[in-house]
Amino acid sequence: MAPSFLFSQFMGGLTTAMFLFLIASGLSLVFGVMRVINFAHGSFYMLGAYLAWQVMRWVHPSSGGFWLAALTAALGVGLLGVVIERLFFRSLYGREELYQLLFTYALVLILGDAAKYIWGVDQLSVSAPPVLAGSVRMFGTQQPLYSLFIIVLGPLIAFFGWLGLNRTGVGRMVRAAQMDREMLDALGANVRTIYTGMFAFSAFLAGLSGALVTPIESIVPGMDVLIIVQAFIVVVIGGMGSFWGTFWGSVIYGQVLSFGILILPGFSLFSVFALMAVILIVRPWGLFGRPL
Amino acid sequence: MTALLDVQNIHSAYGLSRVLFGISLDIAAGECVCLLGRNGVGKTTTIRSVMGLLRPTSGRVVWKGADITGWAPHRVARAGIGFVPEDRRIFPELTVAENLAVGARAAHRPGRWTSEAVFGLFPVLQQLRDRRAGFLSGGEQQMLTIARTLMGNPELLLLDEPSEGLAPLVVEALLTQIGELKRQGLTILLAEQGVGFSLALADRVYVLEKGEMRHTGPAAELRDDPELRERLLAL
Repeated sequence: MAPSFLFSQFMGGLTTAMFLFLIASGLSLVFGVMRVINFAHGSFYMLGAYLAWQVMRWVHPSSGGFWLAALTAALGVGLLGVVIERLFFRSLYGREELYQLLFTYALVLILGDAAKYIWGVDQLSVSAPPVLAGSVRMFGTQQPLYSLFIIVLGPLIAFFGWLGLNRTGVGRMVRAAQMDREMLDALGANVRTIYTGMFAFSAFLAGLSGALVTPIESIVPGMDVLIIVQAFIVVVIGGMGSFWGTFWGSVIYGQVLSFGILILPGFSLFSVFALMAVILIVRPWGLFGRPL
Repeated sequence: MTALLDVQNIHSAYGLSRVLFGISLDIAAGECVCLLGRNGVGKTTTIRSVMGLLRPTSGRVVWKGADITGWAPHRVARAGIGFVPEDRRIFPELTVAENLAVGARAAHRPGRWTSEAVFGLFPVLQQLRDRRAGFLSGGEQQMLTIARTLMGNPELLLLDEPSEGLAPLVVEALLTQIGELKRQGLTILLAEQGVGFSLALADRVYVLEKGEMRHTGPAAELRDDPELRERLLAL
């Protein structure tokens, strides 16, 4: 195989990885802090995509239109996150996993149907912002500028996320809430507000990634379930609740998917599930996770 | 003398198992009051009920004249009641300095207790400031728990079993440090099994038995009368 071809596969895998990271990091954050597995996280991603499309229709597709749409969609989904957390998730904390599973699965169905009702079942698409519409030559291949943008954005968000969590006062409070919720409350912090904030931030990230994926993938019903399965594999590989685990889990996932197709064409997901199985046998708590 | 904290006839239960049967106690500003009694008589439950971690099924908790029964713990803390739990619940993966910062930020009550002031009282913590709290010894963790609560500048300190499970030398150091807090005028409610420890600090004692108040009086009375001590505490 030509090196340029391998490079293309590598870059493709990296783009997939960075999208997955944006989504999975929110999933991992909510699990790590609140111990709730949110199956509806993929639905937030889907709503981000639809909302971005909607805003793009309303504003003229000017140069800034895409960015406005992406930001509006992410904020909209973040706001929805606040409402859903305040109304429903509050009563889920500390409950058995089964209740969490049932509730969040119901939310997947409701939000999926709502999207079908509002936007129909046809494929929708959004074009890349004019600034990033072209491509550049790298190692004898054409790489879309938009993919490069995503590949840069992912690590940037990872870095600032890490910085925020480990080097700021708010991040310290979040980590403290993760370790001992009741104690933090008894010290005077309103943990409910921290939870709502974390949930909203995680929904914001999902909405943002849904909006940003629109120039690459078409918007269809079912994208919510497809992405949540992938995000779950990433989180399981990396280790539930581990920040860097989610990052490297995404990178590994993207590459295995990208190169697995070459080895077993037609079984693209097989290699990923095989990877997950092997990791779970060797390290049941994931690469960066800790034994529970 | 008006009471800073006035607990009026509270009953508390964990689910169906009832623990407190009408506990009343009061503390005036500057006092050090001790809840004495054996394991399981309701000392911790009393403290948790004051703190809002457990809602009493009846009775009232009055703080500076205001009824705070049923308030969420963070509201109670922000009103000026500092809680030091019995099992030294430091945040294990945060450093000593970070634990203190969380204490200050959570309570949001600026005052005389800063990191420097806290290190003045517990010099050992200063040397360990960048160490993860999970790696500290039991005594160091106990000091950190108290220091973390002090960062919120409480007017009343609820201390639950501070001497439990610590080596005698460490207990001695802790006794001096808590004594220093008392000398500085901090109001303290101490729950203890250790009779020596509590009688060395307390002005007044309440003796609990099976969720009820068995005896109340000056600490000196118990200190000077071994027979009374024997009868009340069966030690």
